[in-house]
Amino acid sequence: MKKTLKNSHLMISLVAVLASFLVAILVMLLTGLNPSRFFVALIRTFSGYDILRGNFNPRYIGEFVQVSLPLILSGLSVGFAFRTGLFNIGAEGQLIMGSLGAVCVGILFPMPIYLHLPLAILTAALLGALWGAVPGFLKAKFGVHEVVITIMMNYIALYLSAYVIKLLPGSDNQKSADIVASALLRSDFLRSITANSRLHWGFIIVIAAILIYRFIIDKTVFGYELRAVGFNPFAAEYAGIRVNSRIISSMIIAGAFAGLAGAMLSLGTFDYGRVLSHFENYGFDGISVALLGGNTGLGILLSGLLFGILKSSQTMMQSLGIPLEIVNIVSGLIILFVAMQYGIQALLKRFTKGKEEEDGSV
Amino acid sequence: MKKLLTLSLVILLIFSLTACQQKPAEPAPTPEPPAAETPAEETPAEETPEPAEEPADEKISVGLVTDTGGIDDKSFNQGTWEGVIRYAEENNLVLNEDYSFLQSVSDADYIPNLSQYADQEVDLIVAAGFLFEKAIQEVSTNYPDQKILFIDAVVDAPNVMNAVFAEHEGSFLVGVAAALKAQEAGKDTVGFVGGFDFDLIQKFEAGFEQGVWAVDPDMKVLVEYASGFDKAEEGQSLATKMFDDGCYVIYHAAGGTGNGVIKEGKDRATEGQDVWVIGVDKDQYEEGVYGDGTKSVILTSMIKRVDEAAYIACKAVAEGTYQGGIQVFDLKADGVGIPKENPNLTDEWVKTVNEFAEKIKAGEITVDPAPVRVKGN
Repeated sequence: MKKTLKNSHLMISLVAVLASFLVAILVMLLTGLNPSRFFVALIRTFSGYDILRGNFNPRYIGEFVQVSLPLILSGLSVGFAFRTGLFNIGAEGQLIMGSLGAVCVGILFPMPIYLHLPLAILTAALLGALWGAVPGFLKAKFGVHEVVITIMMNYIALYLSAYVIKLLPGSDNQKSADIVASALLRSDFLRSITANSRLHWGFIIVIAAILIYRFIIDKTVFGYELRAVGFNPFAAEYAGIRVNSRIISSMIIAGAFAGLAGAMLSLGTFDYGRVLSHFENYGFDGISVALLGGNTGLGILLSGLLFGILKSSQTMMQSLGIPLEIVNIVSGLIILFVAMQYGIQALLKRFTKGKEEEDGSV
Repeated sequence: MKKLLTLSLVILLIFSLTACQQKPAEPAPTPEPPAAETPAEETPAEETPEPAEEPADEKISVGLVTDTGGIDDKSFNQGTWEGVIRYAEENNLVLNEDYSFLQSVSDADYIPNLSQYADQEVDLIVAAGFLFEKAIQEVSTNYPDQKILFIDAVVDAPNVMNAVFAEHEGSFLVGVAAALKAQEAGKDTVGFVGGFDFDLIQKFEAGFEQGVWAVDPDMKVLVEYASGFDKAEEGQSLATKMFDDGCYVIYHAAGGTGNGVIKEGKDRATEGQDVWVIGVDKDQYEEGVYGDGTKSVILTSMIKRVDEAAYIACKAVAEGTYQGGIQVFDLKADGVGIPKENPNLTDEWVKTVNEFAEKIKAGEITVDPAPVRVKGN
């Protein structure tokens, strides 16, 4: 039973991705573009292989993995809260706070790398967790809806982070000074094997985060309780689970994942803190990632990589004459189709039923 | 309800299937390009076979990377792109083959976009905007042989040509024009909107206020800064506030944000209010046209000849005279100034402006790049 459930979500996701690609092809045909170029660009982005000219460049692989890292982590953040029945729209703000924490520690407290880097990453997770704890607490204590609070917390994070980064020594109005090298995830080795892409050690953190996610959700009593609250908070309470406390813990852990995503950006992708003037949607992309990934660790990994490929393929798309908006259309469509999951399920059921009858066996 | 859903899905599926069927017909052109492509290995992949026949001895390839403002920001990226186009058209370069652009969605895209062109081995990469500073540092190190024109800021690398402008000198001139116009209307307040409060944009502010005060030392100059260069709504609300506070002319140095300032100016002018906007970077007269199309709210523009910088760099690459380092485009080098045509300025005012320009060129007037507001601190 469990297996078929899982499979059916996998099917829904695959159908959603496939269908959105098909619609994108249609859009390209209607607007007079050559859809084959879309796929050439996609293939080049995730394999580094250029079909048109037959050469190979590992930089593309490094880039797309690098782009995927924060997406996977913010996907874990949204997914984790979702398992407890919470909509964490606040991954964006938690991510910004995490990034801010990493920048502050990275610039203000230089120390040996074996202390500095872990401390910077830990601070990022803690600040993200703090930013998740507030809406969790308000939800648990006063029943304030977490969507409203997290959206507001996003704005607080955006402007607070801009303010604090400008205060750091050596900052100008758009970015902070360079983060001390001992706090950076940057890896000359990874760069050298991927032709100077920005791939960094953060991928180890992402793998660890996925394992932790799976462990907590699937293997612990705590995780079981979180899921129970997610399925039915009233039943959970009746069964003796402290629902309010679980809501807070769930938001704290979700926030920590998003905070780590922020560390990926400021310690990995960039090596300085940025004064943001608007949201960059990593957190919101996390919602898409979690939805497509069905809120499971492996699913989020795969869908995070897919969104990473789409996101980083925009450069290649453009240079092949495909407008970068096509990628946005595809990402949007994927979510649309996933949201239509009941329809797809019904359709799938009908197909499989038909097949079974044909085969005459079950 | 469920039936409806199923139905719509089925329709979708049918659509998808037809798309599938059309697809095999479509890929036909794809096998072609590699064949046509092989003679010109350097050019980016595009499928127009004709240009390969032309002798390609001194043809160069150029790639432009935009910042988050986009290629049609009606200001900075667009101006640079027009310079590339001007060179390209004079030298029969083919769009998307010899010259092309990549737009950046976020600042995380700068390095991949620049690297993309470097991997394609274009002869010259052009990037406009101080936002590229870090990315160009990185890419110029990763690709030490790649020629890069960096407009508007400085990266000290042997392969990077930096085009910097004396914006304060050009802003001084539009300041003069603004003050003359305000004097004529009997107004005593003009305004400045910057895209982001930092030293580069402060040069605009500084030149503008000095120009205004060179004409009328008692005139008030209101100053507002937005939080970025791609926020037209914010620009519009700032302009609303400033016009309400009595500004007669607003000078914007705010890229895409400035489009909001122009829009507010146009809205008010359409309603019959007497207000003016001064454009920036390129002649923005066209953007300010309202009503029946004969009038524009743009008084004049502070032209920053980013196109000239792009053009000159392309030429230098083709002629083999390209070299890294700083190139200053000031009033003397024709790098900044006001447009040739100024329908909203009287000949007399243009004359006065030109007199000031001559004085600056001759060194009789020195324009301070720091505004009073900053120096006062």
